[in-house]
Amino acid sequence: VIDAHSRIVAIVSCLGLLAIIVDLVRRRRMKEEYSVLWVATAVVLLVMAIWLQLLRWLTKVLGGVTLSSTIFFLALLFVFGMLLHFSMRVSALERRLTALVQEIGLLGVRPADPTDERDAEAPVADPAD
Amino acid sequence: VSERLLIVVPAYNEAGRVGRVVRDVRETLPQADVLVIDDGSADATAREAADAGAAVASLPINVGYGTALQTGYKYAVRHGYEFVGQIDADGQHQARYLADMLAALREQRCDVVVGSRFLGNDGHYRPSAARKVGIALFGRLATAITRRRITDPTSGFQIMRLAVARFFCSDVYPTDYPDADILILLHRSGFHVREVPVQMRPSTNVSMHGGHRSFYYVYKMLLSIFVTMLRPRARGEAAP
Repeated sequence: VIDAHSRIVAIVSCLGLLAIIVDLVRRRRMKEEYSVLWVATAVVLLVMAIWLQLLRWLTKVLGGVTLSSTIFFLALLFVFGMLLHFSMRVSALERRLTALVQEIGLLGVRPADPTDERDAEAPVADPAD
Repeated sequence: VSERLLIVVPAYNEAGRVGRVVRDVRETLPQADVLVIDDGSADATAREAADAGAAVASLPINVGYGTALQTGYKYAVRHGYEFVGQIDADGQHQARYLADMLAALREQRCDVVVGSRFLGNDGHYRPSAARKVGIALFGRLATAITRRRITDPTSGFQIMRLAVARFFCSDVYPTDYPDADILILLHRSGFHVREVPVQMRPSTNVSMHGGHRSFYYVYKMLLSIFVTMLRPRARGEAAP
C-alpha cells in the first residue's frame, strides 16, 4: 500500500534532512548535542522508508491502515519529543538568566548602612541613629 | 540591642510611590536597612529609592516579582541579616505594621509572619469579585493542607527569619508570583507561618499582583500546589 513514488520522496527527504543537520554542525550553527534527536529522527525514518518489511510489521503492531501513516506517526512522535526537549532547555536557560540578572543587580549595591558615605546626589533623607 | 533587619522592597516602575514607602519604613524602623530591588524599571524608581535613603539593586531587565524578592533574600543571606521583611513599593502596605509583625516573629515561635488583610475581618479591604474568589479558594486550600488558618495567601507583606530567606534562595522558590504554594511549601518544610491582621490601602498598581490574568493565576496556583504536594518534603531549618 505504499508506492515507489512516495518511498522515493521519503528517502530523499530523510537524506536531505541528514545533509542539512551535518552541514549545520559543520558550520557550528548547531551544537553536536542538539543534533542527536534530529539525526535519530532522520535515520529512523530513512530505515522505515528503505526496509519495507519492518515498516509493514510496525504498521500492524501500531494498528495502522496505511504504511505512510506509520511514517507520519513516527515523525510526529519525534517532533513532540523535540518540542518537549526545547521547553525544558528554555526553562533551564530562563533559570540561568534570572540568576545572572540577580547577580548583576547585587554587584551594584552599595551596603545599606546608614553610616556609609553616599553620593552627594543621593542625600540621606533622615539619617538613622 | 539592635537586631540586623533588612526590609526588601521589590519595585517595578514605582516612581512617585517608592520614595514614600522607603521613608515610611526608615521612619518606623530606624534600625532597619532598606533594599529596593529595581526590577528593570523604565522610570526613576532607582533614583527615587536611593534619594530616600535605600540601598538599591538595579536589575538590568524585568524578571518579575518573585525573582526580584529572591534577589533581596540573597542579599540578606550574604550580608548576614537576622530578619528579612518585605513590603510592596506601591504604598498599599504601611510600615507601621512591620513593627507588629517583627514583634510577633520574635515573641511567638514562628519563622514567617504574614500581614493579612482579612484576619481582622474589619471589611476595610474590598477586592474585586474575581480576586475575592481566588484568595478565598487558595486560602481555604492552604488552610486545609497546612491545618493552619491562612486567610490571605496573596499577601506580599511578610517578615521572616534568615533561615527562611536562605531556604528561598534555592530553586524551591517560585519566581513569578509566590502565593499559597509557597506557604504550603514552608509548612511542608517544617517552617511555622503565622498571620497577623493588617490594613492595606487599595493597590494603585496593576503591574505587580493584579496584572496577571486570573485564569493563568488559578491554573498556575493549582498546578504549583499540586506539584508541591508531589515533591518530597524539602528540609529547612526552622526556629528552635
